[in-house]
Amino acid sequence: MDNWLVFIFERYNYWIVITLMMTGLYTVFARGNLVKKIVGLNLFQTSVFIFYITIGKITGGTAPIYIGGELDHGGGHEEAPIHDADTSAHEMSETAADGAASLHAKIDNAHGNDLKEALKNAPQDGDAAAIHAAPNHLDGAKISNDVLSSADKHAASGGFDIATQHAPEAGHGAADAAHAGTDAIHHATEVIYSNPLPHVLILTAIVVGVATTAVGLALAVRIREAYGTIEEDELEAIDDVAEFGETEGVAA
Amino acid sequence: MSLVAQLPVLPIIVPLITAPITLLLPKGRPAWAWATLISWLTFATCAWLLKEVADGGTISYFLGDWAPPLGIEYRIDLANALILLLVSGIASLTFPFAYRSVQLEVDEKQTPLFYGALLICMTGLLGVTITGDAFNVFVFLEISSLSTYALIAMGARRDRRALTSAFNYLVMGTIGATFFVIGIGLLYQTTGTLNMADLHDRLLGQDNRMVQAGFAFILVGVALKLAMFPIHLWLPNAYTYAPSAVSVFIAATSTKVAVYVLIRFFFSVFNFDFSFLGAAFQYVLLPLGLAGMFIASFVAVFQDDVKRMLAYSSVAQIGYMLLGLSFATVEGVTATLVHMFNHALMKGALFMAVACVVLRAGSHSINAFAGLSKRMPYTTWAFLISGLSLIGVPLTVGFVSKWYLLQAAFSAGHWYAGFLIVASSLIALVYIGRIAEMMLLREPATEGRYVIPKKDAPLSMLVPMWILVAANVYFGLRTDLTGDLATRAAEALMLTAGGAP
Repeated sequence: MDNWLVFIFERYNYWIVITLMMTGLYTVFARGNLVKKIVGLNLFQTSVFIFYITIGKITGGTAPIYIGGELDHGGGHEEAPIHDADTSAHEMSETAADGAASLHAKIDNAHGNDLKEALKNAPQDGDAAAIHAAPNHLDGAKISNDVLSSADKHAASGGFDIATQHAPEAGHGAADAAHAGTDAIHHATEVIYSNPLPHVLILTAIVVGVATTAVGLALAVRIREAYGTIEEDELEAIDDVAEFGETEGVAA
Repeated sequence: MSLVAQLPVLPIIVPLITAPITLLLPKGRPAWAWATLISWLTFATCAWLLKEVADGGTISYFLGDWAPPLGIEYRIDLANALILLLVSGIASLTFPFAYRSVQLEVDEKQTPLFYGALLICMTGLLGVTITGDAFNVFVFLEISSLSTYALIAMGARRDRRALTSAFNYLVMGTIGATFFVIGIGLLYQTTGTLNMADLHDRLLGQDNRMVQAGFAFILVGVALKLAMFPIHLWLPNAYTYAPSAVSVFIAATSTKVAVYVLIRFFFSVFNFDFSFLGAAFQYVLLPLGLAGMFIASFVAVFQDDVKRMLAYSSVAQIGYMLLGLSFATVEGVTATLVHMFNHALMKGALFMAVACVVLRAGSHSINAFAGLSKRMPYTTWAFLISGLSLIGVPLTVGFVSKWYLLQAAFSAGHWYAGFLIVASSLIALVYIGRIAEMMLLREPATEGRYVIPKKDAPLSMLVPMWILVAANVYFGLRTDLTGDLATRAAEALMLTAGGAP
């Protein structure tokens, strides 16, 4: 039963797409008013926009750019993020305190409430720990450990045991910290990546959609000028009368 | 940076840039002359492209020098070079033909808009054909569709029903295009690429729910655009009420281009290992193609409006194309390609003949055709010859198409389809015969609405029409020209898709 709920709620964006799509299509077919048809058409197209935005989010993906001189490969669309997350956890563990810094990156891509809650307490302490005092590092590590384990369970189990062990040695200085911080940011961004390409595609589709709407509404205006109505039934009746004469039109 | 290296992009870039200039030109003759010139230029580049492809093989052009799969690729092989030539060729005949017809049917101050929109429509169709990028297909499809909606609506000056039919076409066309783009999205989600060749590589061996859904969306979307039998309802009204010159152009090209898109996706994006492809051939295209052949032909018999009759006949002819495709053999695809080309020739000529009658009689009702042979003999014979071609009489292109189709049907083991092709051709004989009887045997009206002066269409209309009629006969005799190219194109397509040779 739980699995069912998870299955449904994890894919909430797809449900929105399906609902909008069906609502739009139904409106197009069921409504006799031409402007309402256009509204339905727009709803239908909007569902596709949301669908494209959905496919733009790639778990474990990254932009096709070079990081640190070697090709960082993670653009796979179906690859599980576990592998990348593991390595990221390892690297973070070397300077455990900086785990807090990596939170910034994670928060940018935040997708869970856990992370938002983590945001409330973690950064201030963690930052302070990383930059200022070595003795505080242990605390920083602890906090970041807590935070990260709630955020990313795969990563935490492997990485942060080591993290706590190495924490005292880890606090070497700001430079080290900064370096590892950027590393962590790079790896953290791999967790959920927003692929810009579908967004660009959908911008194109929006332009097409706006153009279609404009042409459709312009046609509706012209139809109203020519017939004096934009109700489909009345339009048909008027055409029937024009074609077959008044009596037959009424009889039909 | 020689011109030859940039050749593949010229058929798109030239009309796309010059179409807005058309709007700025003075109304009437200058706008028309400019658009005609552009269409001829485009035709010349397309003919050149076909020659290059026929001699040197597939051309791949990187737009903006961005290499595929990241950049957009224009990929021209024999199949689309043939369609490019067809679309630009029909356009280069439609533009000179349109002048007098447009003078009568379109408000003069709208003429720059009219010619501009027609150029854009042509650009869109050429773009759909030439591109090797799946999303690009959608963009160009909508470019051509949007201008088609506007062009059809311009028929409102003669008949206000043009407006409602343009609106219906807009709704159906947009639903089709949106379905198509959903399909592209699903394929992109699976493969992470939009380049067709790249899609093909990455879809090899994939047969999951997502690819299946994407395939279904693309099939239904394109089927709406090409007016496959049960979802063809936008087509008859659109063709009937559009200005005559627009009917000529869209009847001859737009559905053919949509059929081409279907072929391209079936064979160059998907492959025969994909289970849905065979199912689509067997359970969708074959029965619906056969049903369209008969039902639409049968409906055509009872139409009192000649343009509407030809429109239903177009739906039936699309049935033939889908039937050829559904055999999924080299012969079948060859037959489809040949018939796309030939049907454009005959439907173009037929709609041109109707446009000539509209010019003189002011109507496309069947009554306007009474005794036409005594009033407009050249137009009458153009209609008759291309009508015979539509039926499939030997010495015309229609016969060549039917011959290829029959061969394909028998070699694919669908012997019953062979008989059905002949049977539905007989229905075509009935509806063309009905008009022929009106034109040849009836006396022309002496009073009432349909009185026609004894004066044939002007030369500017007769010449393009008779060029098409001559092409109907020429390609009916020189079968090796189209047949050979189409066979080579079909072999290449089947090879890519991994089907039986």
